[in-house]
Amino acid sequence: MRAEPAVVIENLVKRFGSFVAVDHVSLEVARGEIFGFLGPNGAGKSTTIRILCGLLAPTSGRAVVQGFDAGSQPELVKAHIGYMSQRFSLYNDLTVEENIEFFSGVYGVAPERREDRKAYALRMAGLEGHRGVMTGLLAGGWKQRLALGCAILHEPPVIFLDEPTSGVDPVARRAFWDLIHDLSDAGQTVFVTTHHMDEAEYCHRAALMYRGRVIALGAPAELKAELKDDAATMEDVFVRLIERENAADTGHRA
Amino acid sequence: MRRTRAIARKELLHIARDPRSLIMALALPMVMLVMFGYALSLDVDQIPAVIYDQDGTAESRALWDGFRGSRYFTIVRHVDGYAQAESDLERGAALAALVIPRGFGAKLVAGERAPVQLILDGTDSNTASIALSYARGLILAHSGRVQTEWRLRSGAGEVPPPVDAQIRVAYNSELKSKNYIVPGLIAVILMIIAALLTSLAIAREWENGTMEELLSTPVRPAELVLGKLSAYFLLGAVDMVTAVLAGVVIFGVPMRGSTWLLFLSGGVFLFGALCWGLLLSAITRNQLQAYQLGLLSSFLPAFLLSGFVYAVDSMPLLPRAVSAAVPARYFVSLLKGVFLKGVGLEVLAVELGLLAVYALVVFALVTRKLREKIA
Ligand SMILES: Nc1ncnc2c1ncn2[C@@H]1O[C@H](COP(=O)(O)OP(=O)(O)O)[C@@H](O)[C@H]1O
Ligand SMILES: [Mg+2]
Repeated sequence: MRAEPAVVIENLVKRFGSFVAVDHVSLEVARGEIFGFLGPNGAGKSTTIRILCGLLAPTSGRAVVQGFDAGSQPELVKAHIGYMSQRFSLYNDLTVEENIEFFSGVYGVAPERREDRKAYALRMAGLEGHRGVMTGLLAGGWKQRLALGCAILHEPPVIFLDEPTSGVDPVARRAFWDLIHDLSDAGQTVFVTTHHMDEAEYCHRAALMYRGRVIALGAPAELKAELKDDAATMEDVFVRLIERENAADTGHRA
Repeated sequence: MRRTRAIARKELLHIARDPRSLIMALALPMVMLVMFGYALSLDVDQIPAVIYDQDGTAESRALWDGFRGSRYFTIVRHVDGYAQAESDLERGAALAALVIPRGFGAKLVAGERAPVQLILDGTDSNTASIALSYARGLILAHSGRVQTEWRLRSGAGEVPPPVDAQIRVAYNSELKSKNYIVPGLIAVILMIIAALLTSLAIAREWENGTMEELLSTPVRPAELVLGKLSAYFLLGAVDMVTAVLAGVVIFGVPMRGSTWLLFLSGGVFLFGALCWGLLLSAITRNQLQAYQLGLLSSFLPAFLLSGFVYAVDSMPLLPRAVSAAVPARYFVSLLKGVFLKGVGLEVLAVELGLLAVYALVVFALVTRKLREKIA
């Protein structure tokens, strides 16, 4: 028997007034999978992720996380996820250790697990010797890894990361993807958005979102094969897919 | 509970690391109490006055002697003409001039009406009207004495005045305005501090992007609100204690009622006022706006509509109706009741109950606001 998928989205629509930010999106993410959600700015990635986290109510359609409906059971969803928002925000006036302890508290980590989890987060962020440093003084890469550490203190089965690698240098980006793979190896599902198209290569499967719609979905190799052009980089693949979409659009209108 | 504690702890760290809010929370109440306490003390005494005695008789001297002996007036100097008296009034060297016309003594001896003139600086109408009533009282008392003497001399025998009013002012027997200013001031200060402290607390999280993070955790809105409240409640309680101590020690306000009732009502009031700041913070999601709204919505009603400066009973209908929704009004009643009258819950239960209702309603509004989706 196959395990129930970690994330199920069915015909999801989100409108802001007359503007359609998410337009009939449907997809599934298997447990333990690294699922990339790619697309240019304004495509609707953050909106989708917020609905999945129970922060936004969908206009119509369904979003199910670990078997719980994000629209009607947001409390249950929140108990099973870790979320790192686009601004991966920590408290700058708290030390590294105080941030970790705070998130341990709000996630309700059991007291006997706290020291373990704190050590884990410190090690993961590479901040073992710097627990007393003010978080505001950390450079981007460290801050971003600490934010990830804080979001997974309670060992959630599903992790949502919204553009975790934006504004971080290439070396730190690489290191961050290594962390994501470690989480996946440990059985956790990672749903990650990015506007760096090349990062699709690091995902098991990726969806390309454009103007609220998913215009391509598959493993990186499948997406490349679709263009019958082995030499293409992921970046080229997506640029062509978007061009094709735009052409179809103008075709409709003509 | 665990989550509430984590939030309270974090909030205390924010407070400890932000000297501005700490100073505001701890020093401002004292500064305000001392500043307003002295500025608003409405007691008028030692009114500077000049005497223009044209008569120069024993009778005229007896009249201004009464002014000299009174603590309400200080005789600045004697003048010999209207020009001098007027220039003193113009320069503000004197607020009142007593003019005793020529023939005053002769008229009294002859048993005729003997007019005197009082010139007042009316720019501060409040002080002027108080000076006027003191002067009237002194002159009336003097003329009573003169009348009695005259009747005795003319052989009519001792005629006591028909009514001898023995006035006793209850509750604030010295009629010292600080006695009712200070309890009112405590309410105003607590309201302002509480609303300002919390006005930043949720807006800051929205501006920094941490709110979205918090809302994705299993923290419930009520836990978030209670956690933040308990941190600021601690500061507010310190303020309450310092304000009460300062009132009693520095201003010598009598404390006649029960201390536990005082602090119980203070706690309930504080809870409501803190919730109000949080509500503004949650609605605006903007620190500057929340701060300005907090200042406006706490200071003005607490100052004008609480019965602190203007008695609620003598307000026109509309402001009086509005004041019913101002929690500071009930707290001012409670404070005055406990401080000056020494009454207990048998009298003040309604006020305390209304404060509790206000606090719970605002608490419910904040938690509902936080339960809303983010857009
Ligand atoms: N609360 C909102 N109200 C109105 N429009 C919004 C709101 N949130 C997002 N949008 C719009 O929806 C579109 C998709 O936004 P978003 O999901 O943030 O895109 P992405 O994360 O892919 O960059 C954008 O055009 C954005 O302006
Ligand atoms: Mg986004």
